[in-house]
Amino acid sequence: MNNIIKKFIPQILAILFVVLIFGFLTMNAQTNMDNRGIDFGFGFLSQESSFDVQFSLIEYSGSDSYARAFLVGLLNTLLVSFISIIICTILGVIIGVARLSSNYLIKNSAAWYVEFFRNIPLLLQIFFWYYAALRALPLPEKANAWFGVTYMTVKGYYIPAMVWENLNIFLYCGLAAIIAIILLRNYANKLRDNEGKQIPVLLYSISLLIVLPLLSFLFGGVSLGFELPELKKLSKISYIYEGGISLPPELIALVLALSLYTSTFVAECVRAGIEGVSKGQKEAAASVGLTPNQVLKLVIMPQALRIIIPPTTNQYLNLTKNSSLAAAIAYPDLVLVFAGTALMQTGKAIEIVSITMLTYLSISLTIAAIMNWYNKKIEIKEK
Amino acid sequence: MQTFNFLKPNRSNIKNYSIIGSFLVLVSLIDVISNAFLKINLTSFLPGSITTLFPLITGLIGLNMMRIDYSGNKTLDLLNKNINTNNFNALLTLLILFSIIKALPQSLSWMIFDATISGDSKDACTGTGACWTYIKVWFRRFMYGMYPNEFHWRINTAFILVIAFGFVGYFMKENLKKYLALYYVIIYPVIAYLVIYYLISGGSFGLQWVETGAWGGLSLTFIVSFFCLIFCFPLGMIFALGRRSSLPAIKYISICYIEFWRGVPLITVLFMSSVMFPMFLPEDFFMDKLVRVIIAITLFEAAYCAEVIRGGLQSLPRGQYDAAKSLGMGYWKMHIFVILPQALKLVIPGIANTFLALVKDTPLIFVVGLAELAGMLALAKTNPKWLGFAMEGYIFASIIFWIICYAMSKYSYNLEAKYKTER
Repeated sequence: MNNIIKKFIPQILAILFVVLIFGFLTMNAQTNMDNRGIDFGFGFLSQESSFDVQFSLIEYSGSDSYARAFLVGLLNTLLVSFISIIICTILGVIIGVARLSSNYLIKNSAAWYVEFFRNIPLLLQIFFWYYAALRALPLPEKANAWFGVTYMTVKGYYIPAMVWENLNIFLYCGLAAIIAIILLRNYANKLRDNEGKQIPVLLYSISLLIVLPLLSFLFGGVSLGFELPELKKLSKISYIYEGGISLPPELIALVLALSLYTSTFVAECVRAGIEGVSKGQKEAAASVGLTPNQVLKLVIMPQALRIIIPPTTNQYLNLTKNSSLAAAIAYPDLVLVFAGTALMQTGKAIEIVSITMLTYLSISLTIAAIMNWYNKKIEIKEK
Repeated sequence: MQTFNFLKPNRSNIKNYSIIGSFLVLVSLIDVISNAFLKINLTSFLPGSITTLFPLITGLIGLNMMRIDYSGNKTLDLLNKNINTNNFNALLTLLILFSIIKALPQSLSWMIFDATISGDSKDACTGTGACWTYIKVWFRRFMYGMYPNEFHWRINTAFILVIAFGFVGYFMKENLKKYLALYYVIIYPVIAYLVIYYLISGGSFGLQWVETGAWGGLSLTFIVSFFCLIFCFPLGMIFALGRRSSLPAIKYISICYIEFWRGVPLITVLFMSSVMFPMFLPEDFFMDKLVRVIIAITLFEAAYCAEVIRGGLQSLPRGQYDAAKSLGMGYWKMHIFVILPQALKLVIPGIANTFLALVKDTPLIFVVGLAELAGMLALAKTNPKWLGFAMEGYIFASIIFWIICYAMSKYSYNLEAKYKTER
């Protein structure tokens, strides 16, 4: 009897507490909305949004619905996160490995890089790049060409656009190459396990990846042209580049700040992972006659990755969430477009903020679920 | 007669090698230094592309010649071991050295030699360097926001008092030490709140009322992070224990809480606190924006705190729980006297990281219209009298935040070392 009381009383109290809080809040919201004449509902999503977004991956104009504006914002968020994740991974791996270098200068430069970028608030870094560093760039008419065809100007970065013909055939070829590589790997693994023969899988994979798409150019009628950005005079003093793709300075500032900031955390994860593999493993692998490359590929990396991947995914998630800081420099991401402009126009605070939060929540939970599954898959299976 | 073997150093010509090698490295360094500092190109007689590559090539040859195993010269051995183990390392070493040398004169002259600090208006800044006059003139605004100048002593006194009360725990008598946790969790926040309310807000004791809208600058950063710090830790502890609880209702409530806050970005939480939260309050109930923001950040960071503390709880061996139970301790006794003291010791680095993240997140309150340091910078930047000094402002703010965060992380290392016990 005593035990039952001990078990149930706290639970009932906790549930009651939560219910009371939620009840109190919804009741207040109800009365407040009644008083102000606001009704709750998601009907506004199909209404015409009548505001413009500066930068969008899909066709969008003011006559589209709020739902489409939401999609524009979401895609912009995903775009900036995706680019930043790639850059921060590359930088992070380089810096993390450099921190373990035997070279005093490299080791310390890497350490200072980490200490430097990690200890400055991300928002300040974004502001620094956007308001201070990128504003020092030349005007369009004075910009020098980088790599001959791209222009870094104060109005953004202009790069040539790719003009494809028969893109789908090219994509099919790429897909075929990937499938072929997977089959080849399976075959190679089987061969190694059964007969002990090794074939250079990496070499074959790379050549497959190059040759098949190349064939599509030669025989599939695929062609690739470039549309170069060209300087155009708008008025007496104002110039602009036309054609090609223009990346707005907001995007560049955001990508720079996010990837530099997150790369320090990725670097720490990488370092911890490599340090976490015991020295005995390396020595044992070398003593059974594996080459240094094989030691790295077959012994160190599989074990280090097991330590590196979970915290690194966490950092990717953080990066995605941090990309919402875009609102501070007016990059049209989910928060700015939807929780900013759309909220101002419709006044549907509760609905819009909940949709925004739920979107981020579902991104986080999805990635977390995938990571848990992956972790289960790679964790050491003890016999 | 000494033969000079150009291909391979041997015992007899080590000296020649090391001397020629260091000479070449020296030449390459002198070339780069003179190029960067004095703007003299020593190798202008060479054709274009070779001129730029000259220091790199000579440096590489020099380092290659210097690379002698067990040369007998201690300095040389040390150098070789640390920066010159192979050609690739040597190349990276040279590249790093060169880029430091190249960047040094420009940044030094911008930051120090060509910079202006005298005067009190924009006109004083005529040089090509940084304009620190801007920082000097705006310094009080950056520190105290729009708080009236003549009352700045109130903020300073309040901070000194709060810090002084914080140190009380160190000087508590031995027999009072058991109430230490109680003091820090309940009494201290109340004292701090009263001090800040009566001194900074004012309104009584003959002090003029200053509304929170005027608060700002770095002092606001401190106020927000201080309150969030002291509130989020106990809250995080509760949810960490809740998540490990054997009672399903409590466990799932805690899990939902933690996963919800960890899944959303802080900026949406702040939006929620500023636009959505007022809808959820009773009609005639007014809550200050600053208080709402502090509550929002506290709830948000508590989830992260909880996860860190849970990590510590999980890493304790089962034996500790069993031993405590077998002594007849109940749930609370076991946790307060056995589990938490050990677990909290383990999570010091993690907690410190959470706190660091919190301090770094405080500039975000800028997006809901509270002008702390980043907000004041944005204000100053758009002031028509002071246009064009964004760079100086952000460098100044970055330096301040960097010092704060770096000091915090170093302190956490110390704390970790201090409380490290053999396990």
